[in-house]
Amino acid sequence: MSSDTSSARAIGDVEGVSLYDVENPAPYIEAPRKRTGKTPRSTRGNFEMAAWLFMRLSGIVLVVLVIGHLVIQLVLDGGVSKIGFAFVAGRWASPFWQVWDLLMLWLAMLHGANGLRTVINDYAERANTRLWLKGLLYTATVFTILLGTLVIFTFDPNIR
Amino acid sequence: MATPTLDKMEAAAAASPFITVTFRIRRFNPEISDESTWQDFQVEIDPKERVLDGLHKIKWDLDGTLTFRRSCAHGICGSDAMRINGKNRLACKTLIKDINPEKPITVEAIKGLTVMKDLVVDMEPFFQAYRDVMPFLVTKGNEPTRERLQSAEDRERFDDTTKCILCAACTSSCPVFWNDGQYFGPAAIVNAHRFIFDSRDEAGEQRLEILNDKDGVWRCRTTFNCTDACPRGIEVTKAIQEVKRALITRRF
Ligand code: HEM
Ligand code: SF4
Ligand code: FES
Repeated sequence: MSSDTSSARAIGDVEGVSLYDVENPAPYIEAPRKRTGKTPRSTRGNFEMAAWLFMRLSGIVLVVLVIGHLVIQLVLDGGVSKIGFAFVAGRWASPFWQVWDLLMLWLAMLHGANGLRTVINDYAERANTRLWLKGLLYTATVFTILLGTLVIFTFDPNIR
Repeated sequence: MATPTLDKMEAAAAASPFITVTFRIRRFNPEISDESTWQDFQVEIDPKERVLDGLHKIKWDLDGTLTFRRSCAHGICGSDAMRINGKNRLACKTLIKDINPEKPITVEAIKGLTVMKDLVVDMEPFFQAYRDVMPFLVTKGNEPTRERLQSAEDRERFDDTTKCILCAACTSSCPVFWNDGQYFGPAAIVNAHRFIFDSRDEAGEQRLEILNDKDGVWRCRTTFNCTDACPRGIEVTKAIQEVKRALITRRF
């Protein structure tokens, strides 16, 4: 803070000659995405409410799914060292663990994606940046969900 | 040998309540530069006085170009919200002794609104959001030929949000608003709450619908900055949460 502190007046450039004066004031630094008389446009709808509720509900379910997952994978039965092809094959032999992992995949991906959508909405200032970041996010999300789902359903324990 | 009068004066000087306080003020004048700079002022002041008194001393005695808004000087008009030592407060309700006068006291404009000069910001986007939630009683019937009666409990329901003085301390402390001025902001929601939960009002549903906007209540991230900032002690985050709940329970 002290570095940009000065007791001198704000005098323009090196020469001491200001670029700006009464006739020619500096442009204001507008606040990001300022409200104007035209806002709000027709941006109402229940999507944001649904997204907000989904974050909380999926969060609650994820607590159980993720903690259970971590305990089984990393703590019980000798910890990580037991994880291998056989271990995974053994678990996915049961429809219960298939459903568990499927649910965890979908909820975590949708929850994480929606969370990142919020972050992008908050921080990406330009409309174009937002568009591209969200495009990238949705592509990655759809790809991961589809690939994960495909693997869970088509897993073949006898593959060579 | 000193005269008794001088002795008295010296004793008075020794017991003077005045201390020297450094005010570090963020100056901006578009007619001089496109950049803001920090300027220090040394002021002799009684620590029981307020930051606003310090600003007055500077404006009246040291530098008349210092520009800020104030009107009532008693925490009622809401015109002098500013960022003092990094926190949004009313200059007229902040005592010097409460904010560590040993160190320089930083004073800058509230964030998220366009700075016009020194501590004066363009409040128009803030009031646009306020107008958008219809902050007035909407109802039918042939009153005002007689009073619109209300029980004490019904009045109590929205008592907290009636205290708002529209100072913008809350809205300009909200990180979502800093990054996206399209968000309605806490103050607009507080003032919608004031009418949504008023038993005499009949446009609650309409206001809820307005706040169901993509830039409405759902952008709130529950950071509690607004509640911390409010000089009227309004539980702003709680009010926002109550609007969210009303939206969900009416819908489901
Ligand atoms: C374990 C249980 C979990 C709970 C209870 C939970 C809960 C929540 C809640 C309530 C929010 C909304 C915050 C807000 O709107 O202010 C949120 C945001 C978020 N969550 Fe989760 N979550 C969990 C797991 C996860 C997982 C596994 C991921 C990653 C895949 C994740 C990624 C995110 C992200 C990126 C955000 C947005 C960050 C933000 O809003 O600042 N969460 N979480
Ligand atoms: S809610 Fe409090 S901080 Fe926000 S505008 Fe009203 S009085 Fe100011
Ligand atoms: S001058 Fe009126 S609220 Fe401070």
